[in-house]
Amino acid sequence: MVELLQTLLQRPNFIVFVILFLWGIYIMAAHPNFVKKLIGLYIVQTSAIFFLVAFSAKEGATVPIIPDGETVVNALNYANPLPHVLTVTAIVVQVATLGVSLALVTAIYRHFGSLEEDEILEQLDEQ
Amino acid sequence: MIQPHDSAIVRTLGRIIIPVSQLFGIYVLMFGQYGPGGGFVGGVVFAASMIMAILIFGVDSTDSNLARKILHGDGVGLLIFAGVGGLCLIGGGQFLNYSYLQIPNLDEPSQHFVGILLTQIGVAVDVAVTGVSIAISLSFEEDVTRSEEASNG
Amino acid sequence: MAIEIPLLILLVLTAAGAILVKDLIAAVLILGSYSFALALVWALVGAVDVAFVEAVVGAGLATVFFLLTLFRTNEKDRQIRRPPVPWTAIVGLPLLGLLLLFGAGDLPTFGDVNSPASTHISPVYLESSLEDTRTPNVVTAVLMDYRSFDTLVETIVIFTAGIACALLLRKGGS
Repeated sequence: MVELLQTLLQRPNFIVFVILFLWGIYIMAAHPNFVKKLIGLYIVQTSAIFFLVAFSAKEGATVPIIPDGETVVNALNYANPLPHVLTVTAIVVQVATLGVSLALVTAIYRHFGSLEEDEILEQLDEQ
Repeated sequence: MIQPHDSAIVRTLGRIIIPVSQLFGIYVLMFGQYGPGGGFVGGVVFAASMIMAILIFGVDSTDSNLARKILHGDGVGLLIFAGVGGLCLIGGGQFLNYSYLQIPNLDEPSQHFVGILLTQIGVAVDVAVTGVSIAISLSFEEDVTRSEEASNG
Repeated sequence: MAIEIPLLILLVLTAAGAILVKDLIAAVLILGSYSFALALVWALVGAVDVAFVEAVVGAGLATVFFLLTLFRTNEKDRQIRRPPVPWTAIVGLPLLGLLLLFGAGDLPTFGDVNSPASTHISPVYLESSLEDTRTPNVVTAVLMDYRSFDTLVETIVIFTAGIACALLLRKGGS
């Protein structure tokens, strides 16, 4: 038990990832307001991307941009560039998906006049 | 639609900030190979400056003309990216293999450099047009068609 | 490092602030500051390209999209009520959290040079990107040259998202 706590305290990024991920899922499940669910989805997505970037750090390494005039590159001096590539793609796709889901919420609001899930289900039951 | 803002401070600041931020967006795009940045960030900063023009001056005014005209280029970014790949096919190699671009007087690493630059421009145009298009779609008002139905029915 | 723990605590505090506030517009603005704190953490770890994209996209475009949607609603829709408490979530999610934390012993330590993510193909990319492409920024070289198919499909996804928004919301000309 004590050694489990010790391994946890050496990895603070993992604890932050678990807290944000589970709290985001709880918001998406519990709140009936649609925009609040989208805020929870945003927090879940950014916490997963944060976990991916935390793998790319190296001890004593600098940013992966090779300075001017160096011809022999030692891979130990630079941070790992592969998770950065996946992350840049993921962030831009995240904002595009956010735009489409906000368009869906606006279309629902125009048709039903409300943003709460239970009021919309009542109106659907009456039709 | 979004109405033009009626405060003189906001309009004057907008006239100064919008060209500066467009220039910054193009700078970040062009220097993406020597420092942090690249196609995605340049496109998003350019889109942010045009959304600022729409929010301050309104969609129909003459000051946000560039934002309206750029919507005609929906899909041009994808054509540029796939076009570079097609040029590599025509040159004799595989799709998106920049060694076969067939530009005269350049050795092979510089051909890769030109290929990367062209694809970054394609991605930036695509992201900028999509950003402005989503912002205009989200602020679109449907009241014109509703009032027509009320007067006809 | 001395400055990393306060930044992580600031991250969790801004996320908590965005969740617990009752007004929707205030929650969206605090979400913008959460994006900014996240960009600071990434710049500290060494991912400057990613921090640049997150600061511009998260604190810029996402906040603008949320606010453009919320300005079309009435005043009464912006206040959030107390939701009914789902008991399965309250019991199940901490169990899932304990299970995830239990597997923390298998992860490599933070900053490990010999972790599996940093040993197979990524030193090859770092060492040969300057002679193959003459670009000092290794992230751009990998994104647009070594892995250009992923970027092509992502451009298709962004274009489709723009078309889908236009189809959903624009009616009656234009």
